[in-house]
Amino acid sequence: MLIYAARRIALTALILLVTMTLLFSMVYLVPGDPASIALGPRATAAMKEMFRQRMGLDQPLPVQLWRFISNVLQGNLGIDVWSNRSVAQIVLEALPYTLALAGIGLGWAVATGIPLGAWSAVARRSWADRLIGVLSVSAIAIPSFIVAIYSLLIFAVWLKWLPAIGAGAHGELGDQLLHLILPAFAVGLGWVGYIARLVRASMLEVMGENHVRTARAFGLPEQRILFRYALPIAILPTIALLGVGIGNLLSGAVFAEIVFARPGVGKLTYDAVITRNYPVVMGSVLVTTAIYATCTLVADIVAAWLDPRVRASL
Amino acid sequence: MRRLLRDPLGVLGILLVTLIIVMALGADVLAPYPPNLTNVKERLLEPSELHWLGTDQLGRDIFSRVLAGSRIALWVAAVTSFFSLIGGLSLGLISGYGPRWLDSILILLFDSIRAFPTVLFALAIVTILGPSLATIIFIITIFNVPVYARIVRTQTLSLRETEFILAERSLGAESWRVLFVHMLPNVIGPLLILVSMDVPVVITIEAGLSFLGLGVRPPTASWGSILNDGYAFIRNTPWMVIAGGVPLILATLGFTFLGESLRDAFDPRLRRDV
Repeated sequence: MLIYAARRIALTALILLVTMTLLFSMVYLVPGDPASIALGPRATAAMKEMFRQRMGLDQPLPVQLWRFISNVLQGNLGIDVWSNRSVAQIVLEALPYTLALAGIGLGWAVATGIPLGAWSAVARRSWADRLIGVLSVSAIAIPSFIVAIYSLLIFAVWLKWLPAIGAGAHGELGDQLLHLILPAFAVGLGWVGYIARLVRASMLEVMGENHVRTARAFGLPEQRILFRYALPIAILPTIALLGVGIGNLLSGAVFAEIVFARPGVGKLTYDAVITRNYPVVMGSVLVTTAIYATCTLVADIVAAWLDPRVRASL
Repeated sequence: MRRLLRDPLGVLGILLVTLIIVMALGADVLAPYPPNLTNVKERLLEPSELHWLGTDQLGRDIFSRVLAGSRIALWVAAVTSFFSLIGGLSLGLISGYGPRWLDSILILLFDSIRAFPTVLFALAIVTILGPSLATIIFIITIFNVPVYARIVRTQTLSLRETEFILAERSLGAESWRVLFVHMLPNVIGPLLILVSMDVPVVITIEAGLSFLGLGVRPPTASWGSILNDGYAFIRNTPWMVIAGGVPLILATLGFTFLGESLRDAFDPRLRRDV
């Protein structure tokens, strides 16, 4: 297990190193002056010169790359040339909003998806199973930004049940939670479908296993078999999936944050793209990539800890 | 085919996909107005007999723009599927059949690209290349190639040790012959099904970036750009977001249902539970 974890951590570190190199080289792959590309058309000559000096653009490429990577590893993501603030600080300020959205989005997806999947497996081939199946596929297929726009239209504009935009008044938890309902619904809906399908499949597998058959042979009540012996094993793959889910939702939150005008990493990145503020774009992509990779790593290690067969696959 | 027609969802999928294809191919004939024709006097009109889905903020007929949008959606799906298929096949075959060091480098590269959060990485690329249809195609291809290449690689690795390939190699066949004449036909079938299952994802990314204003350039109509226009007027003229969103939902559902039944009908081994 330890060897697996060590190898998996080393692999993640290597992947992160390559992603940093890719991000760094993207600016150089495009013909033109890197300072102009990074700062966009609004940059003045003085800003470009400052950027060149700061990035060490007069140095040979490998030196620049080394400097970039060592800076990132020390938590220095550069300076936003427009506001003159540290990019790392700007991203970290936006991050809690996105994490809260992703966490609550995934939370309601788990709370709904697991019972739906379990019910679907128990009532296999019934109308309920078929309906849950169709709804799950549909929830996965419908783009999350459409869910966001339509839920905004229905619940905020037409019915006026919930607030439309913003993250709620600062320091008022109730108001903030109220503002989270629609965005979390939008980002989590697809995951309800994923989790329901996964739980159904793994539940069906577990229900055919020896220990469940033995429990049945002993005449244990069906409910006890389901909740005590089948479901706890059937939800293990879901737990492993959650790591990937959080990482995915960090990225998927972009649309919800824009539709509901919520602060967060997605909104920050989008605004930076519009003003072509490349240091901020690069900083947010780096931070989210690192979180994504860490979540996947933890999920993989948890999966390997729960299921020894996974360890052999690396 | 008969198995496909027995599945109600498969039939629904075929109907929806046919509808979208008819919309795209017949856009010129079916559209009552040119999609980019502005008429400021008739701006933000409600749906009526003259304008079935109303007009937008520049007085353009939304129904005509929805039809034009279906053409963009299918075109992006077709072009990216083609490039991703070619890229995935060639890199996957090289990775699986080539020297080990090259395989390791390619795998690391594939995994690194997949390690980026999709939407945010797409935004980074848009910042550098600028928003355009070509950028969208590039982004989707970059993301799909590693997935397809990994699948082709796995199949190539297992085929490599099969008897008919060993026999071919011991008869002195050159690598290109082994790869293209013998391996390619064996790996392309399952890959085509996967590519077809990714069509709704491709359509979603195009519409999503266009919704953010980072996709097709104005005045080109895309379902995403119609949604973008409509979002600004969502309080008073909700029919714009409804008109832009419904075809997108129908298309993603149609292609998903069709893809799932195709997979179940032709290759149950590929059945992905998630």
